[in-house]
Amino acid sequence: MVPVVVGLILLVVYFQIRNSVFLTSGNLVNLFVQATIFILLGMAEIWVLLLGEIDLSIGITSVLGGAIAVILVDAQIHLSWFLALPFSVLVVTAIGALYGIIVVRLRVPSFIVTLAGFLAFQGVLIYLVDDQGTGGTITVHEKVLYDLVYGDLTPMWTWLFVIACVAFMSYRMIKTDVSRRSSGLFTDPLALVISKVVMLVVAGLVLGIIFDANRGSFTALRGMPFAIPIDLAVLAFGTFILTKTKAGRYIYAIGGNKEAARRAGVRVERYRLLAFCLTGLMGGVGGLLYVSNLNGVNDGPSSTLTLYAIAAAVIGGTSLFGGRGKMMNAVVGGLIIGTIYNGMALLSMSASTQYIVTGIVLLAAVTIDSLARRNSSAVS
Amino acid sequence: MSNTPEPSNLPTSTSGPSEHDGSGEGSASVLLSLRGISKNFGAVQAIQNVNLDVVDGQVTALIGDNGAGKSVLIKTISGIWAPSSGHIYWKGEEIHVHTPRNATDLGIATVYQDLALCDNLDIVQNMYLGREETKFSMLDEIKMELATNQLLKDLSVSTVKSVRQLVASLSGGQRQAIAVARAVMRDSQLVILDEPTAALGVSQTAQVLQLIRTLSSRGITVLVISHNLNDVFTVADRIAVMHLGTLCSSGPASNYDTASAVELITTGHSSRVPPSLLTSS
Repeated sequence: MVPVVVGLILLVVYFQIRNSVFLTSGNLVNLFVQATIFILLGMAEIWVLLLGEIDLSIGITSVLGGAIAVILVDAQIHLSWFLALPFSVLVVTAIGALYGIIVVRLRVPSFIVTLAGFLAFQGVLIYLVDDQGTGGTITVHEKVLYDLVYGDLTPMWTWLFVIACVAFMSYRMIKTDVSRRSSGLFTDPLALVISKVVMLVVAGLVLGIIFDANRGSFTALRGMPFAIPIDLAVLAFGTFILTKTKAGRYIYAIGGNKEAARRAGVRVERYRLLAFCLTGLMGGVGGLLYVSNLNGVNDGPSSTLTLYAIAAAVIGGTSLFGGRGKMMNAVVGGLIIGTIYNGMALLSMSASTQYIVTGIVLLAAVTIDSLARRNSSAVS
Repeated sequence: MSNTPEPSNLPTSTSGPSEHDGSGEGSASVLLSLRGISKNFGAVQAIQNVNLDVVDGQVTALIGDNGAGKSVLIKTISGIWAPSSGHIYWKGEEIHVHTPRNATDLGIATVYQDLALCDNLDIVQNMYLGREETKFSMLDEIKMELATNQLLKDLSVSTVKSVRQLVASLSGGQRQAIAVARAVMRDSQLVILDEPTAALGVSQTAQVLQLIRTLSSRGITVLVISHNLNDVFTVADRIAVMHLGTLCSSGPASNYDTASAVELITTGHSSRVPPSLLTSS
């Protein structure tokens, strides 16, 4: 992941030189919010990518979920948000489960199943949006849904949240190191662990300052948008499943060698199905942030959202062939895509340039990653 | 013969499971005993009426030419498929293994040539795949890593730098060692190795043979398939030869030499071994 992070830093430096607005608090917060959607959908995609499968429809199904939430909380139905939002996530999860059943039980390649889903659910989405009779666009009127992206933690809660995150992660790192050390197992040098903790604290401080700065032009606007803690919660959940539970271990094993996993007694079908459900679950959350960010849905949904999701995962280092990847990959990949997206807009570059550059970055990231991997495997 | 022999339908031949196997082996007990095992795939008779005793704590080498039926036989024992006819006895009790899981639950672990390792996982993760240790339903990595270190030390597998390295980065012999160690870790009493030294270099082969001896010294019974007669005579206590789907000879390794083994493999008969070790087919 190191070359990719270096690439991200280079992108940031480039945009900052071209336009000094780039590294202002207001723009960075904006960038983070834009990136959260790529990150969430990228994390969603990673579950199936780890199996060596793919979901080509996550951009559409997640937006469909978002649209359902918008419709349910709208004036006509007026369902309470705490029913509507989970329900919409459940719908996207159920679509994931449906894909999973078709892929696992009927053995249809996921590429085809999700391609079919991409087309079919796009139709469903257009139908639902047009059916509202609001001219092909539905708008978020409900405060909670709107606030997912546009609401902020107060500065005090922002700092508390940042401190809690840094403290928890530092605690985890130190605890792992201490228990490995006391068991006599190989550990990283103490200096490395300490410097990691220091870096974490510095990162927390920088983020806290960015979010705490006033970024409003007319009225004061401070604090962390709710989208960020939501994103981090999903990240923590996904990372926990992948690294701390049997389910995560089995998803990796299946992606690495399905037959070996089966012979080791892993219920391969169950965990493949689970991964498809988790893709739906995280996609559903991503869809809510998407509609919140756009303040609604229109009937001309962007078909590139799926491709950005896959790109975020792959740029971050997730393999398309299964068995390799982690949730953090989507964070780095999503930040890169968000940076390009945001930086290009700041430089008033056209959409055409933006697509071309994102394409080149995707290709470059994967090429560099594969070259770095080849070199490191030649050494060992 | 019926496809599903009744447990009470014990073989009437003199070669039933017993404390003493037919070749006058003294006090060694028989761990696994095959009686009249046949397997056909449609009209093709792959193995026919195989009687074999695998003696507890010893290394039995199963040798034979390509297509002699070695793999079919071990797949029958390890539950890949059921025999078309015949009986399998485990410690004197008749057993029916329908799935690989049945076999591993009994204590029969098979290491196939492909080793069934996940290249993208590290050694510890592979060792514990399917039976991870957990604490508060979270993976207990430290416990698994310590146990893996200990087991590899017990088995004198010393060439592995770190048990946290990916299996993809290991050499062929190390991979074989990890696959065998995994079988041992699961409290297996019988470890079946399918061509463990095929495709290995000289020093790697020596490591694997050493590992087989270590298993044996730990009281684990080993059934090893091999093409390489040098390897066989290096490690085997007993030898069983298959020829055209039948077991043509079996007995203590000391009764065989390379010439007689080659003769048995190619013709199914040899005048150089005691007639008592030959099976008339």
